Amino acid sequence: NLWPSIFQGCFVFKPSAKKKKTALSLDFQQINNHQQNMFCLCKALQDELNRNILDSLLDFTRKCSSTRQHSDWASQMRASEIPTAALVLGVNVPDHDMTFQSLSDLLQQSVTPHVASVQAKECGALKHLMKRVLERLMDTVVDDEDEEEAEQTSAQLNKSVHCSLSTLCAWYNAKTKVSPPGKKRCSHVGDDLQSPPLVIIFKDLEAFNPRVLQDFILICSRYIERLPLMFIFGIATSPSTIQHMLPHSVSSLLCIELFQSLSCTQHLATVIDKLILTPQFPFKLNGKVMQVLISIFLYHDFSVRNFIKGIQLALLEHFHSQPLSVLCCKKKAALLNVMHLGPQDLERIRQLQSFKRYVEKQDPQEQVNLFTDDTHLKEVCQKLIKNLRQYHKNYYPILRCLHTLTSSLPRYPLGKQIRELHLICLDKNIWENEDYQSAMKLLKMLAKDQLILEDMLSKFKQLDSKSDSSTPYFAFTLGYVEDSITSPVKNLQKKTDLFQLQKTLLEMNESRRSKKLSPFEALRNEALEFIDSLVKSHLSAPESQTLNEVCYYTSSATVRRHLNATPRTSIQAALNIPYYYLQNDRLKTEDGIVSNAAPDICIVYKLHLECGRLINLYDWLEAYSTVVSAAEGNDPELMFLSLFSSARFIRAVSELEFLGFIKSTKQKTDHVARLTWGGC
Amino acid sequence: MSSLLQHPGHEEESLQRVSDQLPCREVQAGTLLSLMGQYSYPSIFIYGHRSSGKSHVLHVLLKELELPHAPVSCVECVSVALLFEQVLLSFFGADAASLLPRSPSLSDFVRVYRNQCSQSPAEQTRYIVMEKAELLRDADANLLPALLRLQELVEDNVTVILLSEIVWDKFRPNTGCFEPLLLHFPDYSKGELQHILSHDRHPSYSAEFYSSYINILLGVFYSVCRDLRELRHLPHAMNVAFTCFCVSSVKETDTHKLWRNMEPHLKKAMQTVYLREVSSLQWEKMQQMEEKESGALRGLSAHTHVELPYYSKFLLIAAYLASYNPARTDKRFFLKHHGKIRKTNFLKKNEKTSNHLLGPKPFPLDRLLAIFYSVVDSRVAPTASIFSQISSLVTLQLLTQVSHDDQLDAPKYKCAVSMDFICHLYGIYKHLL
Repeated sequence: NLWPSIFQGCFVFKPSAKKKKTALSLDFQQINNHQQNMFCLCKALQDELNRNILDSLLDFTRKCSSTRQHSDWASQMRASEIPTAALVLGVNVPDHDMTFQSLSDLLQQSVTPHVASVQAKECGALKHLMKRVLERLMDTVVDDEDEEEAEQTSAQLNKSVHCSLSTLCAWYNAKTKVSPPGKKRCSHVGDDLQSPPLVIIFKDLEAFNPRVLQDFILICSRYIERLPLMFIFGIATSPSTIQHMLPHSVSSLLCIELFQSLSCTQHLATVIDKLILTPQFPFKLNGKVMQVLISIFLYHDFSVRNFIKGIQLALLEHFHSQPLSVLCCKKKAALLNVMHLGPQDLERIRQLQSFKRYVEKQDPQEQVNLFTDDTHLKEVCQKLIKNLRQYHKNYYPILRCLHTLTSSLPRYPLGKQIRELHLICLDKNIWENEDYQSAMKLLKMLAKDQLILEDMLSKFKQLDSKSDSSTPYFAFTLGYVEDSITSPVKNLQKKTDLFQLQKTLLEMNESRRSKKLSPFEALRNEALEFIDSLVKSHLSAPESQTLNEVCYYTSSATVRRHLNATPRTSIQAALNIPYYYLQNDRLKTEDGIVSNAAPDICIVYKLHLECGRLINLYDWLEAYSTVVSAAEGNDPELMFLSLFSSARFIRAVSELEFLGFIKSTKQKTDHVARLTWGGC
Repeated sequence: MSSLLQHPGHEEESLQRVSDQLPCREVQAGTLLSLMGQYSYPSIFIYGHRSSGKSHVLHVLLKELELPHAPVSCVECVSVALLFEQVLLSFFGADAASLLPRSPSLSDFVRVYRNQCSQSPAEQTRYIVMEKAELLRDADANLLPALLRLQELVEDNVTVILLSEIVWDKFRPNTGCFEPLLLHFPDYSKGELQHILSHDRHPSYSAEFYSSYINILLGVFYSVCRDLRELRHLPHAMNVAFTCFCVSSVKETDTHKLWRNMEPHLKKAMQTVYLREVSSLQWEKMQQMEEKESGALRGLSAHTHVELPYYSKFLLIAAYLASYNPARTDKRFFLKHHGKIRKTNFLKKNEKTSNHLLGPKPFPLDRLLAIFYSVVDSRVAPTASIFSQISSLVTLQLLTQVSHDDQLDAPKYKCAVSMDFICHLYGIYKHLL
């Protein structure tokens, strides 16, 4: 397993590795648990999400292999077509691997042992494609003329294994004849086992060379009577690519059925729902980190796998950089860990921003106690951690509750997706947000049918059943709201008497005229106020919580630097401030000044920033030797003439050219052209 | 009918079987039979359109008359070694094939063949049938001329039969070669098609009735398709509608009623099944569904919409703009304070024709990025993932790289998507705003 070794690697080089050994191993185990939990959940999620499509694909393969054995008229007529499943998976190519892996696993488990998946990059020519398919189906090394002469001896032994489907045919016949007992015992089930189909999965159809694919299909169709072949095309864009890639004469050899997978945004929504919007994992991301991860997803790759990787990275960084992360674990363990905290860690707790804020609110005696008495601090910490857990337990149900209310408002003031609402809440206290206020105003104006109360109540109930027993009062109040909302309607229905009805209608009319609220309006306001109070008490921003630093990972810059690298910015930073990378004290300078001791390329780069579009090489060299000679205390004149320095200069210039800052030009002799704008 | 297939060398019975399996191809089969004899011509070249029965005729003839033959498909033979091996395998068995050295040359093949041939001399003429012979033109230059006079080279009674959809004139190498005997397979006529199609009738209908059904089917499809293979696929795709009709009306002779019932189905099938927009299996399912509710099944080309990440969308839009606008106009379109451009001579002569007719033009990476930055409203950091998105657009075949893969310096691209696609993307983008 790779992960533990990675963690170990991290901890060996940990700057604050002076912690006690027990704490360290504890930390490691904790992280491991965390990771494993997350992994299991992700895998389960993935399988769950893909279940529908995988099931239908399995059905498809089963049906295809069974119809081959029937001999009714229709299937006989279709015998010459190769059954093909076109699986549309969306443009998030990095995610596909997992889907294909579970697909081929499932196929091998339940339908056929013969599954081969091929990728475009390993099949440049027909020969290679053929070889890969044969290798994977037959599990042997296939003879190939291109191979080294050294393999001559081994090749001599199985000379007959040549790269052609006739070899496969012979192999398949031998394979299926080997197990005759299946035939006799159960004729019905045995049918399936007798000739299991050969499934070939093309993982990325778009990337395949169309010529190669066409030829391969043509060859396969020649053998379809002898081999029960089946294709699965993995398509990233749209099914019409099949028509773009294959001419009619080839595509008419296929019997294509279309399978569409879930869209990646839905996928992401589920992952966020299960992984982030849950008190199950104590580890949390703060608003900025979430924003970075989500924007990478939406703007760049649509890849759920990369999103999960991003969370893992944040987790790793959190446990690596925050010593207090020992407390970020399950409740019992956290409470236990508090008791094991060393004096150093307690000092760290005292330094925390949120803790300082907490201390300020206490009375003076308590403040002194907190700063001097370690055992007292530990007790308080236990209490605070319990509070934090309680906060999380309440936060998510209320968040969902608010989302159900606001997600159907016109123009979506609080966002369409729950993740948007979550981001707003993470940022600051939501009730201070203008959008929240406007949403509340909108809610107060909604008519009864718009507010579809039954619908929402049922949703609330669902949420309530999901959340655990920690919010019984919540359920109770909801019940109250429900009762009071439905009762006036019931009352109205009871009054079947015409006179009575007229009276009530008049009453209602009157009440409206006198700007008195109708019972519905009163109730609505009451309910909304209740929800507002819930929001205010439970949806405060996590930064206001004491000890939030233990659970929340905050360094969005690190995540961004790791996941969304900017090579050009790094190059420019390196050239401008070499100290940033080299960490040599001699290179430390004021802003904008070239240190004489900087590498040649940095000096040359700084000098070239002062020039216009065309740079005279001679002037440049002169300026360079002035700078360098000042550093080495030589006479500039001598330095300028020395061959050594001009060689260094030329090397630096060619390095700059390699990095794409300048290029040679024919407009003027002895000049080079700048390719970037701006400068000093 | 069978009188055409009378040949002294073969038994009457097997000839009868052959003629049963080759409807409407008796003439060609007869000619071939007369060419196949004790002493044969070195090479025969047969050409005709797709599915005009070339391989079928040869396959049936050689199989039923039990003549020694080696069927080879040139598509399958990626290398000449495979070709040689298959020929030797089917003539002399696996032992002979294993005598070939690694990456054999033509002379190796001839040597092995002669050796084997002297051990087991031919009693009858041997035949090598090469399908899709047009691919031989791309093989080594000496292969085709050598195959044409293989008889002389190996000194055996062997005939090479080449099957192709292309006429012989396109094959002739410039160095000249032995001229094979040319034989043309003409297309089937409408009557012949009907005759052949009626052969694979569903066992539960009478021949006459099925034939009239085929007649109706041909009436609709003959104008768009004369390919037998395609047409054979149709009757069973239409099977469900047909059986429904047959169940409802007992009288099998009423062809007029059959026509009225079937025509709408056929017309609909022309748009989907014929173009393989919908596979026959799905079509069948759909027909069954239709009995209950008329849910339209969308074909493959109906799904053209592609969901793309935000920046990929803009990259694609920028690529489209770069491909279809001349570079000179960039300043005018994408800069806020562009200089005035004189209206006269603004458009060169060739630019007056619509750029959409001329197709996409290649553009360098720099230009793509410059347009991209000016099209996207917000500031975008030039991160590595922007560049990786460009390459993933290339693998998705929405962009094509024009320059060679090895050229890292200034790669050039072309936009490979249509106006419609871009408009659709743009629509989504507007929706987001």
